[in-house]
Amino acid sequence: MSKNDIKVALIGNPNTGKTSLFNQLTGLNQKVGNYPGITVDKKEGKSKLSETQNAIITDLPGTYSINPTSIDESIVLKTLLKKDIKESPDVILVVADVENLKRNLLLFSQIKDLEIPTVLAINMVDQMSRKGISIDLSLLKEELNTEVVLISARKNEGINDVKEAIIRCHVAAKASPLCGINHQIDPDYFDKLKEISPNFSMYELWLMVTQNNYPEEISSEEKQKLLDFKKDITKLKKYQHKETIYRYQEINKILKKTYIVDKSKAKDLRSKLDRFFTHKVFGYVFFVILLLVIFQSIFDWASIPMDFIDAMFAEIADFTKDNLPEGVLTDLLTEGIIPGIGGVIIFIPQIAILFLFIAILEETGYMSRVVFLMDKIMRRFGMNGKSIIPLISGTACAIPAIMATRTISSWKERLITILVTPFTTCSARLPVYAILIALVIPDKKVFGFLNLQGLVLLALYALGFASAVLAAYILHKTLDVKSKSFFVVEMPNYKLPSIKNVFYEVVEKTKAFVFGAGKIILALSIVLWFLASNGGEKYNNAEKYVTENFVNQGLSDDEIQQKIASVKLENSYIGVLGKSIEPVIKPLGYDWKIGIALITSFAAREVFVGTLATIYSVEADDEDTTTIKQKMSSEINPETGNKRFNFPVGMSLMVFYAFAMQCMATLAIVKRETKSWKWPLIQLFGLALLAYVSSFITYQILS
Amino acid sequence: MSTIATLQKGEIGYISEESLDFIPLKLLEMGCLPGAEVQLVQIAPLKDPLYICVNGSHLAIRKETASQIKILKVSL
Ligand SMILES: Nc1nc2c(ncn2[C@@H]2O[C@H](COP(=O)(O)OP(=O)(O)OP(=O)(O)O)[C@@H](O)[C@H]2O)c(=O)[nH]1
Ligand SMILES: [Mg+2]
Repeated sequence: MSKNDIKVALIGNPNTGKTSLFNQLTGLNQKVGNYPGITVDKKEGKSKLSETQNAIITDLPGTYSINPTSIDESIVLKTLLKKDIKESPDVILVVADVENLKRNLLLFSQIKDLEIPTVLAINMVDQMSRKGISIDLSLLKEELNTEVVLISARKNEGINDVKEAIIRCHVAAKASPLCGINHQIDPDYFDKLKEISPNFSMYELWLMVTQNNYPEEISSEEKQKLLDFKKDITKLKKYQHKETIYRYQEINKILKKTYIVDKSKAKDLRSKLDRFFTHKVFGYVFFVILLLVIFQSIFDWASIPMDFIDAMFAEIADFTKDNLPEGVLTDLLTEGIIPGIGGVIIFIPQIAILFLFIAILEETGYMSRVVFLMDKIMRRFGMNGKSIIPLISGTACAIPAIMATRTISSWKERLITILVTPFTTCSARLPVYAILIALVIPDKKVFGFLNLQGLVLLALYALGFASAVLAAYILHKTLDVKSKSFFVVEMPNYKLPSIKNVFYEVVEKTKAFVFGAGKIILALSIVLWFLASNGGEKYNNAEKYVTENFVNQGLSDDEIQQKIASVKLENSYIGVLGKSIEPVIKPLGYDWKIGIALITSFAAREVFVGTLATIYSVEADDEDTTTIKQKMSSEINPETGNKRFNFPVGMSLMVFYAFAMQCMATLAIVKRETKSWKWPLIQLFGLALLAYVSSFITYQILS
Repeated sequence: MSTIATLQKGEIGYISEESLDFIPLKLLEMGCLPGAEVQLVQIAPLKDPLYICVNGSHLAIRKETASQIKILKVSL
């Protein structure tokens, strides 16, 4: 960043299109969606304003005012109160929704009073004619005493005007308060406040008092004086109310002259759709059918490309083996890396379909209706209607889901939501479930149209939700945390999903999944392969041992080779390690090879399949390379002579993965969001115990 | 006593001046001002929360909050 770059902060009500504008200005692809609270953290990007001028743009969470009631909103206040030259914004770009300009201007008026240069971008002007809105732009500029631009971030209109306005505003460095609340409410009181420090504007000092947020630059003496103002808390509260009323009065005066809505021209789709989606019967029925459709399609649509990818990787491994000279490196490629990577790539179709559905749901505005439908129910379990968003988006990944809890203002409800979110079936579990279901559940239709495998998958998702809710209930009854529950949610307009947004969302998330898991599996498969193809004395003497012991049993050459391979694997380093934990997992129905996969998937669940693929490849008799599914289904349990992955083992494994907290990244995020090691550790050990006990019961009952 | 919580679905009322001190600041900021017209748009299936429209904002609030906000009804 160079010294001349203008620092611009994007501020505005939730869901007004700040991130859409940010993406247009910077060329980045940050997540956009149609419900309040998509952005919950700061994000910076660079933008070229003109040939000679660059800017650093900061995207921020949405907020209705600078009086925060939740973590995401307080990030905005902190940014605004910064006095540090390096960090404090030079220009504030307020993004407002044209449809609800009045409410959006409240925040604008507060920011103006901080006396920072401000540009007002009125977004979504593409909606103006449909809603019968017209604006007198030049008069509005004059009345607000600020640069005002009309834009449509989604249609990429007016972006250059924004850039020019930022430059003009920065050069003029003109900043004057809009409302000047002091004279209207209690001049003496506010004059006394202003005298405390010459370095801050009156409104900044007022915010410090009301928000209990004191920047470093304030001296302890000054702080003491500010604290005196807090003594009369009723007066403070009353003045805050008065301030808000006064601001609205001023805004109304201005809008009366400049903003006209012709109601007769407005088309109202919202109320019709709402009548259906929030209906007491159809609302829930629709929600359930929607979920059913999603899980059916994950299985039905994805199976063709998945089988194709699976076969392709087998071909690639074959091809590599045939064409590269024999040796250690070729072995590493064909037995370690290729099957390992294949174990991740194969799941792209399913993951992408899941992400596609989530992205569409988020873009239509339906999510907020689910929040509305679910609040009462969620409250019984110690959560909040808003908790449903992490629980749904947690089906993609728990990490952004846990971040999304920042919009929940009550700490207890937020903590409970964070703790139970890992129960929801994230996309990393999907690979494990998918392969196990394909192995142990017959592919047939029930009732003529429902795919049984899809139903089992749905049941596993239901198990996840049910345990999340149950765990929440237990926490609700046992956690001794006091905090007030409060709930206001804005219901956004319904929108047709923007194809571009949905596309990027699916691509970005799928990419993150593949590369995230890919990196781990690449590293792990090399290590695994090494540990599986080396060993101690017994490993090296395997051939001798087998020929000596089995020579008289009339085995064919092939069988002898196979025998040698398995004795080798058993005595390799990884084999010894796996064998040592076998007694612990045997009651769950697992052998040591599955045990190895359990250990590696503590880093990330999705490496389970890749790990098994690598292990089985090392052991496999070298001639034919088979697909992952064939490898797993032909694995025999030597004790019974039956398939290793039979029904009880498959079910027990699925139950294990449903509960176990096998994700380092989630633990790290929980640590960050709860600011202590206590909660992630409780999660880790509590869930491990739960997983073990439930799998044990499952296996023992079924076998 | 009429409050937002006692409105029928689709009914309209005006927030009374006297409830100013009982309106949470956050709601006030979102447009729930004394004197403003408020319409009850939808009631959630379990009777809570309520979906209201006030000053151009469409909000879902809980019954508990809604019952603190007194309103005047205009009979047509
Ligand atoms: N019609 C229309 N829709 C828009 C426009 N700009 C953004 N949107 C849509 O508005 C919704 C919200 O956009 P975001 O960019 O996520 O809004 P945000 O202000 O960053 O929201 P939060 O991060 O939740 O505060 C998305 O569905 C966008 O597609 C626009 O100019 N016209
Ligand atoms: Mg955003």
